[in-house]
Parts: sequence; structure tokens; C-alpha cells
Amino acid sequence: MCRIGAIKSTTPFSPKIALELMLPQQEGHDNSGFALVMQDLAGAFVHYKDKPLLSMACTDKGIQLVNAYMEQHGFVQLAQWVPDVCKNQNLNIRAMPRYVFRTYDLPEIYQYRSQAAREDFLLDSRLELRELLSVDNNGYVYSFWPDVLTLKEIGDPYDIATYFHLWDDDSRLLAKNIVVQCRQNTNYDIVRYAAHPFFIQGYTLCANGENTFFTKNMELQKSLHRGYIGFESDSQTFLYSLHYVLHELKWPINYFKHVITPLLPEEAQERPDAKVLALIRKSLANLEINGPNTIIAMLPDSTLVSVCDAKKLRPVVIGRDKNLVAISSEVCGLNAILPHRNLSEDIYTTERELITINNALEVKRWKQ
Amino acid sequence: METVTTQDITVNDLDFIIHYNPDICIMCGSCVAQCSFNAIEVAPQVRKHEPTQEGAKQGHKKKILFVIRQKTDLAHACVGCGMCVKVCPNQALSIEANPESRKNLLARTQGVIKRGGRASSYSLRTLDKIMVGRISQMTDPALDSERHTFDLRAPLGRILKAQDLPLKVDGQSLSLEKNCPPVRWIYPLLFSDMSIGAISTRAWEAIALACAYLNEECHLPVRMCSGEGGMPLKLLKSEQLKYMLLQIGSGHFGWNRIIKSLPLMRTDPAGIIIKIGQGAKPGDGGLLPKKKVAPHIQAIRGVPETALHSPPTHQGLYSIEESVQKMHLSLNAAFGFRVPVVIKCAASLTSVAVYNNLLRDPYHISGGFFLDGLQGGTGAACEISLEHTGHPIVSKLRDCYLTSVAQGLQGQIPLWVGGGVGLTGQAAADCFKLICLGANGVFVGKILLQLLGCVGDEHGRCNQCNTGKCPTGICTQDPRLIKRLDIDRGAEAIVNYVLTFDSELKKLLAPIGNSSLPVGRSDALITSDYAVAQKLGIAYAC
Ligand code: SF4
Ligand code: SF4
Repeated sequence: MCRIGAIKSTTPFSPKIALELMLPQQEGHDNSGFALVMQDLAGAFVHYKDKPLLSMACTDKGIQLVNAYMEQHGFVQLAQWVPDVCKNQNLNIRAMPRYVFRTYDLPEIYQYRSQAAREDFLLDSRLELRELLSVDNNGYVYSFWPDVLTLKEIGDPYDIATYFHLWDDDSRLLAKNIVVQCRQNTNYDIVRYAAHPFFIQGYTLCANGENTFFTKNMELQKSLHRGYIGFESDSQTFLYSLHYVLHELKWPINYFKHVITPLLPEEAQERPDAKVLALIRKSLANLEINGPNTIIAMLPDSTLVSVCDAKKLRPVVIGRDKNLVAISSEVCGLNAILPHRNLSEDIYTTERELITINNALEVKRWKQ
Repeated sequence: METVTTQDITVNDLDFIIHYNPDICIMCGSCVAQCSFNAIEVAPQVRKHEPTQEGAKQGHKKKILFVIRQKTDLAHACVGCGMCVKVCPNQALSIEANPESRKNLLARTQGVIKRGGRASSYSLRTLDKIMVGRISQMTDPALDSERHTFDLRAPLGRILKAQDLPLKVDGQSLSLEKNCPPVRWIYPLLFSDMSIGAISTRAWEAIALACAYLNEECHLPVRMCSGEGGMPLKLLKSEQLKYMLLQIGSGHFGWNRIIKSLPLMRTDPAGIIIKIGQGAKPGDGGLLPKKKVAPHIQAIRGVPETALHSPPTHQGLYSIEESVQKMHLSLNAAFGFRVPVVIKCAASLTSVAVYNNLLRDPYHISGGFFLDGLQGGTGAACEISLEHTGHPIVSKLRDCYLTSVAQGLQGQIPLWVGGGVGLTGQAAADCFKLICLGANGVFVGKILLQLLGCVGDEHGRCNQCNTGKCPTGICTQDPRLIKRLDIDRGAEAIVNYVLTFDSELKKLLAPIGNSSLPVGRSDALITSDYAVAQKLGIAYAC
């Protein structure tokens, strides 16, 4: 199984901290990969926070295909960060030839369109790029969104970090939020798209566990939204459910918890909104999760979210100090980056709560 | 050579042969007296006599004995019910099924064969080729069926797409702007439609009693369907009505009475079920023979003493679709849109089209699609329909479920299936597999009767439910036979079976790591039959 984590800080920090959070948890994963999503960037992209940032890994042919596509569709390239990679042959990494992190100006016509239209356009562009690169394995597009950067690779997390020089604080790669995962992918093929965190339209999510209702979730989601594709990992469905509840249905976030782990009918009956809960449960029965799962999510406004399955079969712990809050599969990760924190303030997310952490580092525990 | 009248019928031509041991028979006559089919008699038998000295002088070489003898005419053929064996104090009788029977052929010289029970096409059972093969081992923990809380509820009623729910965001919560179609949240095992008339008042009462007990004492929200023909006024006016689905069949029997008692109802029924067809005899309509239309049945149904035929379809308007639509609408309206109205059809090659029609209906009037497969039972049918019409339930359920998945409409009209559920005695396993294939719940009928003592089976035993001579008092209105059924013992057997069902269902949920019903979790199933795997879209294993 994987180990997951997230860090939110009042000041931008480098991925090195995320690695320090994850590496002590190595025994829980098999070092088969490393992935992170950074949001609210500083460093190289600090002046382009409102411009969509394309994160991808590809072949040389892939770059040509993407360049042609972007030009054809009226995108104008602004800034780019090309990671300086370490070509040491002894590193355990299945590197792609090229890594691209670029910001673009939207085609002019979209300057006058609504926010929703721009969001849809960015999604469609990412889906088309993904499709384009999938032919002959020319590459992987992970995210295309303002102020969001995604890096994923197959291999030993330590070596991946060395390859990308993530151990050095070169102050070009900084963010106030990082969602991170080291993985053991015992169940399915080790493919890049199967590595969490997953991303869609500003929503980032990673999960730990086994989604036993994957088939049910997936069968419904396929018809809910054109962006709900891939399903290379059974945890992708949690992202789509989150996106569906918040972005499509526009329901308050606590209803995400009601959708994925509905209350027992007799518990729900006691609630003032019993009728609403009953309706939601029945209408979205296919989005329930019933396996052992812990979910860490990040919303478009950078709020971090922590929820567990209803049986609390996968633990997660939240620790903090004055300037930084971290969520981690295992407490040893927190000990590495927050050794002096007040342990009594650690929170072990329970099966009936949803925890949010906002940009002021306020932790809210909402009881289902 | 001795002459033989070869066309005479003898016991060898019948389905069951009675073996009789005169040495231990005490000639009490109980077996003959109780046989409701009049299949045995006391008859004289000539025996060779071992003479005493005195007798020999008089030349007596034979003697006459009275024995129990099986009748050999077709009208009185033994049906193998075994009541004589039960009643004999000395076990002087035993019954043997006769594989060489010619009865099936010979009986057809006397007209169309009618009978009850279910089809004998037992070999078609796909459920027995399916196993629960996705067991939680390392990747996720199995649950403990004794310790974890399980949530075994299934919907009955029309469910709307999430985006169509009339919800308004109100700060951090959602509020309901207008009413939605009624949906009940019930146990995934439903007692199927067997009318008072088809079964005896006692049998019906035993089932109703079990249903009430399961709800009130065991907290399992099991629902029961009235069957066509209505129910006693007392029950219509009682609180227990909430456990009942009222059925409207194509004969519309009893509806006058139900509609008239609407103002007297203290509570709403669980649902209304419009019956289009029955899996055991699709397209054959209903039949209640005159023999079973006793005075109390006449009263409940509002009919004179006559054979009652329910036509094969709901008659009347321009088309059956229109008539069903109108029925749905008027029944929804009659109960103030507070009661789900569902429809029951026999599984057929056309089921997907029917389900699609219901799913796409813009008025959201149908609250459930009940699909009845060919191994369901019936109180009376022509044998030709029983044995040669119908569609197995498993693939048809799967077809319906997958067609709803393809349109993103899964779960909106709950799928309830039946027809042979529990045929091997293991209803929980059948139910679980059907749920994984897309059913929301299952309905059972025949096994309830078997729990009450019915001895009929799919190998030809008894199945005389149409004759009014049911030897167990279940399918008859004859007061002497009805008394054979002990209501309390019958109800207790049903309750205990359902409690076992509940535990067994959890025993299957636990190893796949689920605490709520795995509707559509086809990934939990495997089969070693490649064709079945292909058809159902489940994993092939060998
Ligand atoms: S088995 Fe039934 S039908 Fe046959 S003789 Fe005995 S009681 Fe009569
Ligand atoms: S015992 Fe009664 S209910 Fe059972 S098959 Fe015979 S006649 Fe029918």
C-alpha cells in the first residue's frame, strides 16, 4: 500500500520537506514511485500564479506534439522551469526523456469568457493533450492549471529526489502546499497515471487503502463527467467523487463525507436534515466507499482535507506547529519534520469526521 | 403364453411407487384416511396359505388379507407427498420416485396438465456456477461478521439523479425545496406475492405473522406482498399495513375493497405492486380454480363462487404500456404520492426494453422493477407453460443492470429479482450473488411455503397446489386440510430462516470487506464456466 502525506505552511517551502515527511515511512511502501502536487507556488512561477501551468513528462516527439497543439489552439508560452536532472546511472528511476513545467497565456478569446468556461477549456485541453500523447507512449500530462505543479516518477523516492535535485533548496521550486505520495503498487501495473495524487480542475487527492467499491464507483462516474477517465488506480474515484460533489453539484464539503461514508439509516433518522441525507444516500449509492481508505485532498483554494472510511481501517495523523501543519499516514513522518511539536495536539482523524485546514492553518473538525 | 392387457395402467407407469410392508402394518387406516389425493385404499389381497393340518383336510390353499394398496388410475395417482409415511405409526410405508414413469405422457391423453410448483429445469441454475472469489486478504482487511455493524438495507421507490434532487445550499447545509418520490429503505429479502386464495388463510397469516415479528422483534424491515386479491379489512386498517405491498394483478381482484378502505387506513402500505407477469408461467395469466374459491375468498375478492382467471395482460386501453402508465399514475395519485408504485414482470428477452422504458420515463412514476425468473413457483399453471416458457433470472438481471449503467441510470429504479432464489436452500448465497450482479434485493415465495411444510419440489413431488387438496394445508381452502398447518410453528420457522439468512449474508459480506450491500460489485464474483463469465462480465477462474 502507499504512504500519503500533505503539508501546508504559511511560508513557501521546498519539496525536501515533503521527502523528509515520507521517507521515514518507507517500510510501509515499496519504493516504487514518488509523486507530489504543489499548489500556491513561489519560486520560478511566482509571477504567473493566475496562468495555467502545464506539468508533464514526455518524449522528444511528445514535446513537438504538445508545442504544435498549443500553438494551434492559441496558447502563448510564458515561463518554464526545466529541471536540472542528475544523470547518475545508479539511480533507481525510470525517467522520461523530458519534463515540462510551463505556464501559458490562455487564447485571447478566453480572456473574455467566464471562469467556468475557462476551467472547462483547461480541462478539455488537458484531456486532449493526454489523448495526443497516449499514442505511441509519447508522454503523460498530469495537470494543467494555474498555480499547480505536479511531478510523478517511477522508482525509489530517494533517487527520484536526487535525480530532480529536490534535496537542494534551489528556491525555484517552492509552494505553500504539497500533497505527496510514496507508493507500493502491489495490485495493479506500475504506471505513471496510477500514481496519486490525482488532479482535476483544482482538486487534488491521494488515498491510502483499497477501494472495494471501485467497480460501483467507476461505473457511475464514467457517465457523470467527461473528465472522469483513466481509472488506472482504484483511488481515482475518490477524486472524481470529491469533484462531483463540490464542483458539479456545488454542495458544501461536509456532504462529501455523507456521500462516501453515509450514516446508518437509524443514525441518519435522528438528524434534522434526515430527509436530505436519505435522498443523497440513495441517489449517490454508487459513490459510497466501503473499503479501508484514508483520503487527503486539496481544494482549489488550497484547503487541505482529511477523511477516513467509516470503519477507520486506515489511520492518518495530523500534526502541527505554529507555521506548518502536516498530514501523514504514519506518525514517524511527522516526527521527522515536526520533532518539537506538541504531541498532545496530534489529531487522528476519526471515521465520522471531516477535517479541513485552511490557509491560516486553522484546523476544523466537522463531526458527521 | 399368458395374456396381458398391456394398455392398462399399473404402478410402474406412475411417478411414485408405494412400498408397503404388511408384516408391521397394524391396519389402523390412518394413511388411507389422511391421503387428500385418495391415492391409496384398503383392499383385499389373496395370499398363498400354508395350511394347518385341519385346514389341509378342508382343502384351504389360499387366504384373504387386507392390505394398503396404491390406486393405479391417473386421477388418483400418488403424488409422493409422503403424508402417509408421516402418519404411519410403524413406518410400514415408503415412497420411491419412479424414473420409468409414463405419467407425463399418459396424463396428456386426458387434456392439458395443470399443476402448481415450479419448473423442473433445475440444470439451468447459473447461480451454482458462481463463487464469491474476491476475498480480502492482504490488500484490505476482511471484516468480522459477528463484530462489525452491517447496513443491510435496499431501496424501494424511484430514486432521482443527484443533479435532479430539489436541494438548495443553505450555508453549510442543504435543504429540500420540494418533495421527492417516496423511497422505502427495506430489508433486501422480500416475501413475494402469494394471495389469500392461492394459499390458505392460515398459511398467509403465518407469513404475515413472521413478517411482523421480524420487523417488531428482530428489527429487520422485511416487507411482504399481499398477492392479488386483497386482504382482510382488519389488516387494511391496522398499523401492520406498513409492512405490506398491495398487489394489483391483471384480474384487478380485491381492488374495489382496497380503494374503498383508503379513508380507513391508519398508515400507508409499503408499496403498490402492479403485476404484469410471473416468471413461472409468463404470459399465462392467473388462475384460481373454483375449488379454492371458498366463501371467505369470495368475500375478500368480491366475487361469486367461480373459477377466477386473471388475464395474461392488463386489459383495457390502447396498449399495455399506456395501461401500465395510467395505472402507475392513478395509483401514485390514489395514495397521495406517498407510496412507491412498482411493477413486476416475468423475465423475458424483452425485459431490457421494458426497463429502459421505465428508466426513461419523464414522470418518474415507477418505483421498482421486479423481475421474476423461470424458476419461480406458482399456485396453478399449465404444465406446458411451467416447463417451456420463461427466462432465467441471472443473465436478465445483469442485462438490465448493465443497460442502466451504460446510461448512467443505475440504481434509479431499484431492481428486485426472484424466481428460484433459495432453491437449494441457500437463499443468502443466491441473494448475495444477485446483488453483486446488480440487484438491489430479492423476493422469495416458494421457500416460505417450504418452510411452512410444503413438500413440493422441482423433481415432481406433489405440486398439486391447483387442486385444493394440498396435503399440508398451505394451498387449499378445505377447512380439514387447513387445520394441518400450525401457524405459530410455521411463522417461527420462517423467522428463524430469515435470521439465519441475515447471518449468512453477513458471512459473505465480511470476507469481501463490505459492511453495506455490494450492489453491482461484479468484481467480487468468479465462475469456472467461461460462457457464464463472458455473458455476465465476471472473472473466469479455473
Ligand atoms: S404419498 Fe401422499 S399421495 Fe401418495 S399415498 Fe401417501 S399421502 Fe397419498
Ligand atoms: S404441499 Fe401443498 S403447497 Fe406444497 S406442493 Fe403440495 S399442494 Fe402445493
